[in-house]
Amino acid sequence: MSGKTLYDKIWDAHVVDEQDGEAILYIDLHLIHEVTTPQAFAGLRAAHRPVRRPDRTLAVADHNVPTEGQALGVDQVADEEARLQLQTLARNVKDNGIEFFPMGDVRNGIVHVVGPEQGRTQPGMTIVCGDSHTSTHGAFGALAHGIGTSEVEHVLATQTLRAKKAKNLRVTVEGQLAPGVGAKDIALAIIREIGTAGGTGYVIEYAGSTIRELSMEGRMTLCNLTIEAGARAGLVAPDEATFDYLRGRPATPKGGAWEMALAYWKSFFSDADAVFDREVAIDAATIAPLVTWGTSPEDVIAVTERTPDPASFATPDKRASAERALEYMGLAAGQPITEAKVDVVFIGSCTNSRIEDLRDAAAIVAKATEAGRKVAPHVRAMVVPGSGLVKIQAEEEGLDDIFKAAGFEWREPGCSMCLGMNPDRLTPGQRSASTSNRNFEGRQGRGGRTHLMSPAMAAAAAIAGHIADVRDFI
Amino acid sequence: MEAFIHLDAKAAPLPLANIDTDQIIPKQFLKTVEREGLSKGLFYDLRFDEQGREKPDFVLNRPEYKGAGVLIAGDNFGCGSSREHAPWALMDFGVRSVIATSFADIFYNNCFQNGLLPVVLKADEVEALMGEAKGGNHVMSVDLESQTVTAPSGKVFRFEIDPVRKEKMLKGLDAIGETLQKAKSIDVYEMKRALAQPWLEEA
Repeated sequence: MSGKTLYDKIWDAHVVDEQDGEAILYIDLHLIHEVTTPQAFAGLRAAHRPVRRPDRTLAVADHNVPTEGQALGVDQVADEEARLQLQTLARNVKDNGIEFFPMGDVRNGIVHVVGPEQGRTQPGMTIVCGDSHTSTHGAFGALAHGIGTSEVEHVLATQTLRAKKAKNLRVTVEGQLAPGVGAKDIALAIIREIGTAGGTGYVIEYAGSTIRELSMEGRMTLCNLTIEAGARAGLVAPDEATFDYLRGRPATPKGGAWEMALAYWKSFFSDADAVFDREVAIDAATIAPLVTWGTSPEDVIAVTERTPDPASFATPDKRASAERALEYMGLAAGQPITEAKVDVVFIGSCTNSRIEDLRDAAAIVAKATEAGRKVAPHVRAMVVPGSGLVKIQAEEEGLDDIFKAAGFEWREPGCSMCLGMNPDRLTPGQRSASTSNRNFEGRQGRGGRTHLMSPAMAAAAAIAGHIADVRDFI
Repeated sequence: MEAFIHLDAKAAPLPLANIDTDQIIPKQFLKTVEREGLSKGLFYDLRFDEQGREKPDFVLNRPEYKGAGVLIAGDNFGCGSSREHAPWALMDFGVRSVIATSFADIFYNNCFQNGLLPVVLKADEVEALMGEAKGGNHVMSVDLESQTVTAPSGKVFRFEIDPVRKEKMLKGLDAIGETLQKAKSIDVYEMKRALAQPWLEEA
């Protein structure tokens, strides 16, 4: 019999019951936020069902929160519907005894930044959240994925999820990354390679020397974008980098319990003879700084390339989508992507708002500042740290001064312009260079045109005023 | 959950790949604390212009497709955000079944929590159905028991579906109620886990 994959091991360790190929899977950590939970709590109330494990549940306020004036509190949030949703979450967590970091608390921030930062995210766990970017937590070797609100209600009531096992896909990335290329580029390269539906039905394990060399922040970026490749969950086997990151965090075990946990965590890796249903190999050395040109995360080109010709796509619906995408983006076929002038630069989101992301962007900005350059006059550039704690750390490192001196706005934490549920959004026709995860039509604001890229590339675009090759700024 | 057994309805073609949940229901409609009333936001940017006026060309605004209960779309329907508001909005609008060549995992799963039947057919079959749906004013039949879609011409297409999901959809079962019948197994699992991973109990 062949060995087990990392995914197989986590799955097997959490099966409570199984019938006809459907498992009842125990959930170790349930993360919740204001947008996808009100209907779940209402459902529980209507059925007089309690929350089974409030201690295994953690709540934050992130999607709706304004990125300024958070200290004023939720009751001062100007948007009436957002305010009601935030107040509803506060009431629901209080009624059910769930730990909650409210808006303005330094521990609050984007749910996928907060979980790891607090040490709540741990290897070998099952983690769910009513948010598709829950895949982020897979960076720690945890099986983590997004669920819908009905399933949120199911997990609240039972601490389990009904699930069918997915297939195993291993993406192996080997080799040295070129200067100016990072985790975001690896992720975009993979999505370009397999497509936005390429991972549908699979859990992806990322392996290879390039992945091992990535920091935890880089691994989180990579796993975060797994959903954009169609797979609900991405995994990286835990190693010393994982354990070093977790040591001493508020919710990680201490003393003897740490040693016990460590021994357990070290059992989570794919056996050498494990068989994957599909394998994809990527050569890290071939990856250039990447950027999206269209309205799907698979619409990826190198920053040195031109937009594609829709006629080059294989199927009629793909051709129609490409034509529509170019028109929506206000671009012609065959146009160098560096000609695209940007109006807004957004550095933030659960994909790229951690300390390392901010350091990467700040390094580019600092270099430009030395050369006497600032944010281009026509560009609105903003940095939105992923959590209150990331913001404080960045300020201690002086990154905020670098950004502000160059003309960036330094804002308070939240999901912000990634999806524009708060006041931070694009106006029709505006073009953004964004470190977020989705370039869908209207994602950052109706009519907004989003180009996804790494934090360093976004910083370069802010200075240049158009999409630019970060390698010219190193 | 509402059961799905059989549907006779008009079908509207939406021949695009990667229709994401942001398009199905944009962000501004996610601020509700209710499940109902989301039809107003369904395909909002496609259905309405910036002044909030109906775009007459969009398929669901055309008179011949009014009241469509089936949507026919391209690859990877429902990709992106996990928002269950997407199936809620479709259902609220009167759509009970979506036929496509493939669906994104989370959306597909969410459909089964709500009695919205996602049907996967091959590319040539979807294309044939799109052709037959042209012009509106026809009836398409989707039958879950026999796992078939019957086109207006009488052509029958069979689709595959997981038997467990099919059974639950036919009966409209309450998943939480079912799982709570296994509460003893969950208790036992938790006791074992507390012994093996005591650090998780100290949080």
